[in-house]
Amino acid sequence: MTSTLTKSAKIEISHIAKSFDGKPVLKDISLKIEDGQSYCIIGTSGCGKSVTLKCLLGLITPDSGSILIDGVETVGQSRTARENMLRQFGMTFQFGALFDSLPIWENITFRLRQTTAMPRAQARELAADIVVQLGLEARVIDQYPAELSGGMQKRVALARAIADKPNILLFDEPTSGLDPITGGVIDSLIVASVRNLGATALTISHDMASVRRIADKVAMLHKGHVIWQGPVGDMDNTGIPEVHQFVHGHATGPLTDEAVHAARTGV
Amino acid sequence: MIIALLQNIGHAAFRFLAVIGKVSLFTFASIRWTIMPPYYMRQLGRQMLDIGYYSLPVVGLTTLFSGMVLALQSYTGFARFSAEDTVATVVVLSVTRELGPVLAGLMVAGRIGASMAAEIGTMRVTDQIDALDTLSTRPLQYLVAPRLLAGTLCLPFLVLIGDVIGVFGGYLVSIYRLGFNKGLYIAKTLEFLQASDVVLGLVKAAVFGFLIALMGCYHGYHSGRGAEGVGRATTNAVVSASILILIANYLVTALFFG
Ligand SMILES: Nc1ncnc2c1ncn2[C@@H]1O[C@H](COP(=O)(O)OP(=O)(O)OP(=O)(O)O)[C@@H](O)[C@H]1O
Ligand SMILES: [Mg+2]
Repeated sequence: MTSTLTKSAKIEISHIAKSFDGKPVLKDISLKIEDGQSYCIIGTSGCGKSVTLKCLLGLITPDSGSILIDGVETVGQSRTARENMLRQFGMTFQFGALFDSLPIWENITFRLRQTTAMPRAQARELAADIVVQLGLEARVIDQYPAELSGGMQKRVALARAIADKPNILLFDEPTSGLDPITGGVIDSLIVASVRNLGATALTISHDMASVRRIADKVAMLHKGHVIWQGPVGDMDNTGIPEVHQFVHGHATGPLTDEAVHAARTGV
Repeated sequence: MIIALLQNIGHAAFRFLAVIGKVSLFTFASIRWTIMPPYYMRQLGRQMLDIGYYSLPVVGLTTLFSGMVLALQSYTGFARFSAEDTVATVVVLSVTRELGPVLAGLMVAGRIGASMAAEIGTMRVTDQIDALDTLSTRPLQYLVAPRLLAGTLCLPFLVLIGDVIGVFGGYLVSIYRLGFNKGLYIAKTLEFLQASDVVLGLVKAAVFGFLIALMGCYHGYHSGRGAEGVGRATTNAVVSASILILIANYLVTALFFG
């Protein structure tokens, strides 16, 4: 096993902070994700996981801190530089964010058709191939997102994220709201995509079973800080009460006490 | 007490200026991306169909009844000093210069401004705009540019048709209710009408079309979070477009005859 020092960091987030209307959401977040790693972010609802991912994509600009991708600073970069950088990203959003006005095949091949002159017939064929790999029937490519179930939409979102073989994959709660079997299928798809594309993946998840299946490393966010990060195998014995409660899903513990306190005092 | 009042006024003025700045930046960026390639022809076609074609019934009905009521009103008015034969002129000039563009503009603001704000606002709150951005497509170019262009191009066309229908409405009432002579009425209609009257109306229409699309897109694009945010964006789009139409109507008219 090579040491972490010799392996290059694909993504390096250092000390980013972000407030909305004076309310701090991220206070000091630092994460280092190596090339080819599958990284998971966990944390209670509203702790800023999605915001972190959006900072990475430049959709939200952090108030301070730095984000390096392949060693290049991306905070405050030019529009052209950002547009080029984004081409190597594939992303699924928490609520799908499929384009309502376009059929599934156009959703899946959207970027390919924007950036290459891929003919319609070929794009449809490609979309059909991908949806079949993801366990959907080929005929769904002519349907619209609103006509699909939540689980099917999640798979289509995944298809859109991997269609043009990006080398960084970001997944925001890819299995939330799915039955355990479909969730398991999505997890193995993620693992397979990371392996087949040789990609680096960053996944947000609440689902500990899923985290155990897909992650090499895990970080837990809490109150704007990373309170723990380490290999997935160490997750059960961190000695940090918050992490312990979250990982084991206990109803009582420090996280619950804080939530009750916050609700009472309105902080 | 007075300090607090002044402070409030100051804050309000500051916020107002900030909004003006934000709208201006949005407008310039959108115009820039309308000019630069790539051009999304399919989006443009869809918008033109929606604005130009599907608004026809609303605009047609509005101008038809306005032309009709105008004939009736001006007849009873002018009959008091025996100037009934000016009805045709009054109808055609009012419709082409004022009523056609303003009524069509207001109706389309309600229909199109609202639907643009709702559609783009929904895309904002469901992260579809962020998704566009990450999928190598500039949202202003893909969503806003085609709408601005379609609004600016389609409203003059709608108004031209509205003008014809409005004048025809006046004609119907004058002939079948007020007993005017057909040939004479048509001759009177054309006698004082100048190309500049129609052109003025069409210039106004283009300006209104631009404003409607701009407000729909701006409010949708900056929609607040959740369904409530989209609802507010929709209302704001319609209200601000309607007010801007009335202000622009005065300014364009003053400019033409200034
Ligand atoms: N664009 C925004 N404007 C204002 N506040 C925001 C914005 N985006 C996120 N927030 C706030 O930041 C906080 C963190 O939001 P975020 O979506 O990152 O949570 P999360 O960790 O992804 O939670 P969940 O697990 O429920 O998805 C929330 O309090 C949210 O209200
Ligand atoms: Mg989230």
